[in-house]
Amino acid sequence: MSKLFVPLDLSPRRALAVWQRNLKVWSRLAIPSLLGNLADPLIYLLGLGLGLGALLPQVQGVSYISFLATGTVAFSTMNAATFEALYSGFARAHQQKTWEAIMNAPLSLDDVLIGEVLWAATKSLFSGSAILLVITVFGLASWQHALMALPLVLLTGLCFAGIGFIATSLAPGYDFFMYWFTLFISPMAMLCGVFFPLEQLPAFIQGAALVLPLGHAIGAIRPLLLHGEVSGLWLHVLVLLSYALCGVAIARVLMRRRLLR
Amino acid sequence: MPLTVTDLHKSYGATEVVRGISFQLQPGECFALLGPNGAGKTTTLRCVLGHTEPSAGRIELCGLPVPARAREARVRVGVVPQNDSLDPDFTVTENLLVFARYFGIPATAARARVPDLLAFAGLEAKADAKVPTLSGGMKRRLTMARALVANPDLLIMDEPTTGLDPQARHLIWDRLKGLISQGKTLLLTTHFMDEAERLAHRIAILDRGQIIAMGTPREVIAEHIEPQVVEVFGEWAGHEGGAAAWAATHAAQFSSRFEVSGETAFCYVQDADVLLAHLAAQGGLRYLHRPANLEDVFLKLTGREMRDE
Repeated sequence: MSKLFVPLDLSPRRALAVWQRNLKVWSRLAIPSLLGNLADPLIYLLGLGLGLGALLPQVQGVSYISFLATGTVAFSTMNAATFEALYSGFARAHQQKTWEAIMNAPLSLDDVLIGEVLWAATKSLFSGSAILLVITVFGLASWQHALMALPLVLLTGLCFAGIGFIATSLAPGYDFFMYWFTLFISPMAMLCGVFFPLEQLPAFIQGAALVLPLGHAIGAIRPLLLHGEVSGLWLHVLVLLSYALCGVAIARVLMRRRLLR
Repeated sequence: MPLTVTDLHKSYGATEVVRGISFQLQPGECFALLGPNGAGKTTTLRCVLGHTEPSAGRIELCGLPVPARAREARVRVGVVPQNDSLDPDFTVTENLLVFARYFGIPATAARARVPDLLAFAGLEAKADAKVPTLSGGMKRRLTMARALVANPDLLIMDEPTTGLDPQARHLIWDRLKGLISQGKTLLLTTHFMDEAERLAHRIAILDRGQIIAMGTPREVIAEHIEPQVVEVFGEWAGHEGGAAAWAATHAAQFSSRFEVSGETAFCYVQDADVLLAHLAAQGGLRYLHRPANLEDVFLKLTGREMRDE
């Protein structure tokens, strides 16, 4: 059995080459990809925001559509990072042997994994930025606030890319990812205040948002977009960063066990 | 030395798949690892490249200890893996350019190298074709060109012609001979004996995780087997049981060693004249007289039974 806990073997330049490879693939499909990433959240935003919003008084002091839109930024960023880490990551790591080919060049597994995590985060940043742009154009948030939110969007992407690769390292096939969505991603959307304020939930469930990463992503991004300031920002940042790092650390051990045995 | 492997062991759980292998590659030679499925060929290559940690033993690749400094060592090594691992999202040229970046080759230098690599692979006309549109032989040639992108000293190829048709195999062999004449060092695995005999300066036969024969193809043949083989098959006029029945009663008398496999008797002889004269006098029996080859050695040493992994 190979050792599972080995020191980090990272060459930033080589990891960047992996990131560039993925960017190159994405760049030729950038427009359809971005439109695809935008369509889904926009449908929710317009449908729920206008339809449901008409029935609701203000939520937490703002219109329902503003409340929903700011939650959607975090939600879509999470989804974009997760899809990239799970489905596209699986294709490259296992199905089409891209990782195997790259590791025959002078790259370590750490280079490849970290290049991939950074890429998934970058792609989710593109996605999140597109939604921020739409929100700004609709006048739901100021562009200054939207710019300030970009680092938090990137951090959210890093967080879900990092833990997403745990699923990718465990998955025997694409079907496995359904569990990740139904057991983790979808419940989080309900428990972390994307569509309605947490206060609507029983107190013992509200506690879940304190530990779940999406709760912290929304806890930071929503007030920043709506009011330009966040209480307890550093706690949110710390939690998201911890999730990202722990995710990468665990995925690294699991991938090593699977690919370098 | 391009590669030195000393007393390599590798176990998975209680199963030891590599059991004390040692060999050394000389600069400029083509060395082939032969062995049935499950003999430990691919595991040995994985250890050599630092993709898995040996249970015991020492590996030095391009002068560097592996796995400790495998990443640096791989800068000087080109690898042609067994599975197609070309990037399906890219064209032929892009595959080469993107791979060059993994070696830290600047884009302009990589671009300048592409025409030579395409010419080597015979893919000039396919420079802008997407990988999924290529034939199996073209993909394998592109994989070889990709392995050459950083102008390596040592090329490691895992079954470079498996799954190709004869035309494609011959084209690959031509390319490999070209590389050998350029002075590259080659390490390849194969279970095609003719491939090893044709290309390799030296071979090692691997079975159940151990090297059971090593040397030039001629040396290995001379050391392990009689120089000539007569294969006897078909019906035997006036007798029941065909070639097998003939072998049971006559083969021992005319050959130093014989084997019956299915409907064919393999007679290994120093001199075939007496046996051939005898066979010519028998009605019905058909026979094939040929020099002994590596395949005969291989089957003698590893047995004729099927090896399923």
